[in-house]
Amino acid sequence: MSIAAAVRLRTTRLSLSGDELAMRAGVVVLALVLLVIVGLPLWSLLAKGFEDRDGRFVGLANYLAYFSTPALFDSALNSFHVAAATTLIVVPLAFFFAYALTRTVLPARWLFQGISLIPIFAPSLLPGLALVYLFGNQGFFKGLLGGPIYGFDGILIAQVFYCFPHATLILVTALATADARLYEAADALGASKIRVFFTVTLPGAKYGLISAALVVFTLVITDFGIAKVIGGNFNVLATDVYKQVIGQQNFSMGAVVGMVLLAPAALAFVVDRLVQRKQVALLTARAVPLIPRPKLGRDAFFIAFCTLVSVGILAILGMAAWGSLIKYWPYNLSLTLDNYDFAKVDANGWDSYFNSLEMAAGAALFGTALMFVGAWLNEKTRDFFLMRGIVQLLAFLPMAVPGLVLGLGYIFFFNAPGNPLNFLYATMAILVINAVAHFYTVGHLTATTALKQIDPEFESVSASLKVPVWRTFARVIVPICLPAILDIAIYLFVNAMTTVSSVIFLYAPDTKLASVAALNIEEAGQTAAAAALCIVIVVTSASVKALHVLSDRFLLGQLQAWRRR
Amino acid sequence: MTISTMIRRTALAGAAAFAVASLAMPALAQKTKLTVYTALENDQLDPFKKAFEADNPTVEIAWVRDSTGVVTAKLIAEKDNPRADIIWGLAASSTALFDTMGMLEPYTPAGAAALKPMFKSGKNPETWVGMDAYLSLVCFNTVEGKKANKPVPASWADLIKPDYKDSIVMPNPASSGTGYLTVAAWLQIMGEEAGWKYMDALHQNIAQYIHSGSAPCVQAAKGERLIGIGLDMRGASEKTKGAPLDLIVPKEGLGWELEATAIVKGTKNLEAAKKLADWAVTKTANELYAQSYAVVALPGVKAAPVNYPVNAEPAMIKNNMEWMAKNRERILAEWTKRYDGKSAPKAK
Repeated sequence: MSIAAAVRLRTTRLSLSGDELAMRAGVVVLALVLLVIVGLPLWSLLAKGFEDRDGRFVGLANYLAYFSTPALFDSALNSFHVAAATTLIVVPLAFFFAYALTRTVLPARWLFQGISLIPIFAPSLLPGLALVYLFGNQGFFKGLLGGPIYGFDGILIAQVFYCFPHATLILVTALATADARLYEAADALGASKIRVFFTVTLPGAKYGLISAALVVFTLVITDFGIAKVIGGNFNVLATDVYKQVIGQQNFSMGAVVGMVLLAPAALAFVVDRLVQRKQVALLTARAVPLIPRPKLGRDAFFIAFCTLVSVGILAILGMAAWGSLIKYWPYNLSLTLDNYDFAKVDANGWDSYFNSLEMAAGAALFGTALMFVGAWLNEKTRDFFLMRGIVQLLAFLPMAVPGLVLGLGYIFFFNAPGNPLNFLYATMAILVINAVAHFYTVGHLTATTALKQIDPEFESVSASLKVPVWRTFARVIVPICLPAILDIAIYLFVNAMTTVSSVIFLYAPDTKLASVAALNIEEAGQTAAAAALCIVIVVTSASVKALHVLSDRFLLGQLQAWRRR
Repeated sequence: MTISTMIRRTALAGAAAFAVASLAMPALAQKTKLTVYTALENDQLDPFKKAFEADNPTVEIAWVRDSTGVVTAKLIAEKDNPRADIIWGLAASSTALFDTMGMLEPYTPAGAAALKPMFKSGKNPETWVGMDAYLSLVCFNTVEGKKANKPVPASWADLIKPDYKDSIVMPNPASSGTGYLTVAAWLQIMGEEAGWKYMDALHQNIAQYIHSGSAPCVQAAKGERLIGIGLDMRGASEKTKGAPLDLIVPKEGLGWELEATAIVKGTKNLEAAKKLADWAVTKTANELYAQSYAVVALPGVKAAPVNYPVNAEPAMIKNNMEWMAKNRERILAEWTKRYDGKSAPKAK
């Protein structure tokens, strides 16, 4: 190290100390918040895995009982099988789609981007219903699959549909920021397109690719909604939890399976740590944003690719929309709007829809602030490894937890007689908190991915200019990351609109949600009305997303002028 | 502003907003708000609430409604700090379980003496009282039956004929109370050994074990499957909506379950809860139940809901609930070992 560099380092250290202290305090606060909204509720359920039904401590007896049943092994294998298959299909699909959106000249780019998000707008009930309409025993294309839709095939198709936008969201963030100089250099050196792709594009998106794979894998492992509707006799770990907890009220065994489900999260955490060490900033202070130039062959290929994917998504949505208008499937196919009169099938009528709006807006507002500030604190605080590691672990946990484990954990923790946070129970606030906690991981990953691509030099320069760190945050970091911040807000909003498995335990008489109502309506046999409510939810989220696109354009124009050359 | 104050202010603003919202609501209401946990069907909630409130203008019902499994799990999870005042319309096997866990407030509703004996907990004072019974029967889709030229079954024994290969759905007893009462009924009618042998044979005809008790008859109604073994009232309501469905009472007899009313121990609205418990055994209430269930608790109330099989009540087996509760874990383990392990899609 040169003397000059050493001196610079020292002065930077000294001048930062006040800020550094504040940031460390911030990390501690963040860790505490995550402990209260994720760690403790989870533990209050998982601890029951070591108790018998009457609450006596029994050590590992439940685990021994569970591991000695062959059913576990089958379910674990099935879960792994379907999750791996979904990941292998979704990640390449999402990567090429994200690539098309960010690196090629795509006509009606906003339209393709919008369509790619549709699955995330829909409750997981929707693909299940649509697939039954399409491939069920009375479906239009029955027999086309060469076997029954109920089982592995059905879960796979529905999961690919459901996970696609999650992966695309992460990969668009990863591919959106690129340094044009790297490509210019490669070009000048005469590297082939393939070589550039493998040596510049892929390494730059590596962190995003791995995050996307981890997210998709754990989403599939923990989701029970799809497996329940279309899974047939294909047992997976998440339906095992359902059987134990809902079917037999055996919380101890439910906790054991819940603990087994945490294994993929632990793995994800380790992999993330390993990758993170090697990730370097893509967007240095001297970076030049990459603007794709038209190229006929490539653009035509990606237009065709995106069209194909979009048609697949729209077919499922369209089937559900049509189903929502049918009088009595499959014996009376005449159309009616009656199914949208929800007061007929649910005592709460449209009220639950407005509750959902309120909850989703709350989650988007508070959740985005917490996730982005949190990710920033955790990324930019120096050293302090233990605390930051704890935050990272707590941020990863929710992804691996089936909603119903988290939901029950919330009852045990927040409803405990001695808990000072007791007042939150059975209010709208706890639904908001629960939604933020449940979807923490992807928001955190998105923010982290965006932040990682910003050169630490921005901070160093600010520091040497004696600019307080929060001002750099407000003036530089937030504007650069604004697209990612808005993405997180939308992600939270739409997920809060559709989430079921966790909130089903937490709503009170006046806070019932539309997503829960849709499930209840479907269970009562009112398939068309359930499809109708799903469509209303999709339309709502799509409208919010459209607003986002518009504001994005405006804000991008204002704040992202630097991206243009 | 530092980050921590930012976070704190955001949190405070949020908390304040929610506090205002939640304070504003109860201020309007003068009535006692009674939190009622239930698994009644959605379309029953409004008529039930209106009828009760008409007779008890000082009490207002606030429902928390979900499927039997979810409501039962929620009540047990809230055990240490109960949020429900009273349970109205939940499986008696669940209320019996709560009873053993000491979660119920003993109270004999005024007029409970008149109820049929099997509709009571049998304790003094009573811990729960029944409202109505639902049955697990056979739903047969006549249109699909005619299309595939399949005979209409008349008994459980008919269902194991090779005619029905892969065309029957029933609830998975490990995830559905209806599924368990069906399996327990077979074991009680046929005896354990013959019962398991019957299920071995039936397994060949089962297309899927579903995670819900109401789904099988709904699937049969929509022609998704030929035959569903499941909840009676779902089948009846689908038929009313136009499904080509036959509701068949197998001649060997039927498994059944009661829906019950029980006051939750620790309620802060005990007086209002007692009012509802009293009202739930009245003739008015039973007439209300009779509109959707074939069998109700009060003798002499004529129960003949639309599209219901008329011969249902005499077919109800002599159900030993105590035996059912005691042997549940053993039976489910055996069932899971025999049938749930073979989970790969069949007929490949």
